[in-house]
Amino acid sequence: MRADLVNNLLQLTGEHLVLVLSAMAAAMLIGVPLGILLTRRAGLQRWLLGFASVMQTIPSLALFGFLIPIPFIGGIGKRTVIIALVMYALLPILRNTFVGIASVDAAVRESAVAMGMTSGQMLRQVQLPLAAPTILAGIRVATVTTVGTATIAAAIGGGGLGVFIFRGVASVDSAQILAGAVPAALMALAADGGLGWVERKLSRA
Amino acid sequence: MPLVEFRDVSYEVGGRRILSDVNFTVEAGETLVLLGRSGSGKTTALKITNGMLFPTRGEVRVEGKSTREWDPIRLKRRIGYVIQEVGLFPHFTVERNVGLVPTLEGWPAGDVEQRVVRLLGEMGLPPEEYRARYPRQLSGGQRQRVGVARALAADPPLLLFDEPFGALDPVTRVELQRQFLDLRRNLQKTSIFVTHDVREALRLGTRIGLLTRGRLEVAADPQEFRNARTEEALAFLGSLD
Repeated sequence: MRADLVNNLLQLTGEHLVLVLSAMAAAMLIGVPLGILLTRRAGLQRWLLGFASVMQTIPSLALFGFLIPIPFIGGIGKRTVIIALVMYALLPILRNTFVGIASVDAAVRESAVAMGMTSGQMLRQVQLPLAAPTILAGIRVATVTTVGTATIAAAIGGGGLGVFIFRGVASVDSAQILAGAVPAALMALAADGGLGWVERKLSRA
Repeated sequence: MPLVEFRDVSYEVGGRRILSDVNFTVEAGETLVLLGRSGSGKTTALKITNGMLFPTRGEVRVEGKSTREWDPIRLKRRIGYVIQEVGLFPHFTVERNVGLVPTLEGWPAGDVEQRVVRLLGEMGLPPEEYRARYPRQLSGGQRQRVGVARALAADPPLLLFDEPFGALDPVTRVELQRQFLDLRRNLQKTSIFVTHDVREALRLGTRIGLLTRGRLEVAADPQEFRNARTEEALAFLGSLD
């Protein structure tokens, strides 16, 4: 019985990690380049930041619900969950990338141009390194929220630690709820601490 | 052939005239000081020289070629620029900051290093003490010296100075002005130097151009400038006593 619970716990924690990591990887791959694009296309700022903000206001359970009937991206299961998680994680990453790059000191940007850096050189050697702590702060906030939001995945068959929580709620079993909530909280704390450490390293450099 | 030539240059942005029909030439070895109040168009004139901006009318020729015909990156790397707030990269060491343009130009690492060490020495910053520092670990005057070393690094024929000493205390300012004169004597560089300080203009310029609301009022050597009698020239000269 006990061995069973431990196995179950390990498996669901693993699932949870996979959900969070895939969603974060996708959100970073989309969010950082889009954030960079925003600094170069002022016209897009309102639209993209607006879209990402609206996404965040939709209650997560409702967003999962909305996605299910949509062909290709919807349906029951992990894919739908990951897409929803990416949409939530997008705003902090997008916004912080944009803000981090836009707030690089004007004198520094100007001197990069005056020294004859190409815009690619300026991005790689000046803007991204100087914006790195801000971008990472966005990734950290997004990761911590994603760990929590991912518990709702169980509602649409996405697995993860939410399975314990939903089962516990349904059977009024606090032990089950805790079996889901405590590891999720620990995972969030670990992500926060780990990424915070990297962030401090980066801002000192 | 003059190194820089402004031909009927006007610059407008958002319907506002910044420069109006400006004409001047800078010959090799000269230091043209553009003197004027804030908002007179001095900085714009510099940015038009190295192709950060382009004239809305007229043209600027550098080494005989219009700035519009130059490859924009090549042109900027051929002109050293010392900007107002220094603009050193805070995440680069002094060494990487000074070596920036040579590195972008693909010099071998050893050559860049040699060049940096020599320039820091010439600027009065012992390399072994300063090369590994970050800009925030320097005083204002030291930062400005690093800014000048960076502008000199790829040995450009022309240097642009945008009020480089404006934010420094008077003692450091005089020190750096003296160093500027030494540099000119030793390296025979041509420069355009922007300032609002008439004393600095008289001390450093081989010629002085007075900019008033985007127009070049007087262009004269310092001796003649002292005798200029336009209203704006008198206003500046009056501040001498």
